[in-house]
Amino acid sequence: MTDFSDAFGSAFSLVATFDSALVEIVGLSLKVSLTAVFFAALIGLPIGAAVALFRFPGRSILTVFLSALMGLPPVVVGLIVYLLLSRAGPFGVFGLLYSPTAMVIAQVLLITPIVAALTREVIEEMWNEYEEQLRSLGAGPARALPTLLWDGRFSLITTILAGFGRASAEVGAVMIVGGNIDHVTRVMTTTIALEVSKGDLALALGLGIILIALSIGINGAAFLIRRMAEQKYG
Amino acid sequence: MITHVRQGPNILPLELKDINFEARGQRLIKDMNCAFSTKRRNVIIGPNGAGKSLLLRLCHGLLKPSTGSIEWSGAGANKGREYITHQQAMVFQRPVMLRRSVSGNIDYALALKGVTPSQRREITDNVLQRAGLRRLADQPARVLSGGEQQRLALARVWALSPEVLFLDEPTANLDPSATHAVEEIIQAIHETGTCIIMTSHDLGQARRLADEVLFLHRGRLLERAPTEQFFDNPQNDLAQAFVKGELLWWNRGRDNRKPPKENN
Repeated sequence: MTDFSDAFGSAFSLVATFDSALVEIVGLSLKVSLTAVFFAALIGLPIGAAVALFRFPGRSILTVFLSALMGLPPVVVGLIVYLLLSRAGPFGVFGLLYSPTAMVIAQVLLITPIVAALTREVIEEMWNEYEEQLRSLGAGPARALPTLLWDGRFSLITTILAGFGRASAEVGAVMIVGGNIDHVTRVMTTTIALEVSKGDLALALGLGIILIALSIGINGAAFLIRRMAEQKYG
Repeated sequence: MITHVRQGPNILPLELKDINFEARGQRLIKDMNCAFSTKRRNVIIGPNGAGKSLLLRLCHGLLKPSTGSIEWSGAGANKGREYITHQQAMVFQRPVMLRRSVSGNIDYALALKGVTPSQRREITDNVLQRAGLRRLADQPARVLSGGEQQRLALARVWALSPEVLFLDEPTANLDPSATHAVEEIIQAIHETGTCIIMTSHDLGQARRLADEVLFLHRGRLLERAPTEQFFDNPQNDLAQAFVKGELLWWNRGRDNRKPPKENN
């Protein structure tokens, strides 16, 4: 028991004193995951909205496919990106393997389907309500797409945060393509995995506390934004 | 006075030939033939399930008929699909507002029509004033009351100054004072030369607003007559009963008028 309480104690002191190793790791984690979320939103929002609004052959198959991709195992995504970026792979010439860029690519692949699938649900529900009115005003699906993305902005924040949550919490993909190299590609989750296996619980626990606090903080903020927006905009 | 006047050739008259509309194996509009040619106020009445809203949506182009043709045959009809769309507007029973300000909702509709930003501002100010919504211009549209939202929906179509305006029971959910406000706006829009085609199951409203009444029952147009003539001396026996306020559910033994229990 004393081991654990000691670990907790030093974990809190690491967090409280802004330990430089810890700050570096947290900083890189946020940079990688936020960049990944940015690109996933850029790709996923319009794709999700397009699947919701346009009628084309194979639409139902694509819908099922998108939902299925939400559950992609991170290690499989890591493996695929590893194969693509490794020296012998098609993108090997760029030398991206074991870099933060590779981690961003893996996370983008992982969370774009999540953003797209959840966006499709939100936009499809909105289209049910708006379709007649917008078509009456002369807006077909193509013109309605940006309108609905903007009108659904508060619901879509939750969608994007779901992506961020997944990105910041996953360990398999970034471990494989980043390699968990100290000072280069070491992020919160990979550090926790490593430190626990080394038996050094303090840093692992400190990072764990930050991960959880981050998750609660972000979701709390999202909740407040939505509630305020709903009161203000209806 | 309203500063924006409709430009370009008319798309009226609108002709419906042998329209049938089926959904889930049920024929909901049956062998409908009618035309709207002058800029009058047409009120479509009839009991629930008569096909009033369907008829509006078919005319407006939101639904396609299963058989038959719906054609705009004015000179403007040759100017293409988009022109025809923008000469019409519709107000729904439950207004759909975007999560924008009151004026932003009108601005959006005008932008879709291709109106320039400076004109949009002028027109928006003008119609908000006339609809009595000016003090709410910067409020988010979705937090307005039901009556205010419906007035905004009317201000929005007013801004578009359509040649033909469809209204689907625009006062169904409103109290008498909000109903009065909405009816006044409908009159004012009509006075700018807009053809009104609206549904209602409020006979008093039909008397107040209509130049001409169309009586629908179970998907068929049973009678069409000038308002006074319709209310004083309806020709069709179901129309007579409806005007008298009787319930139209009895079975008269004809194929197209089944009692409700066989329909459900």
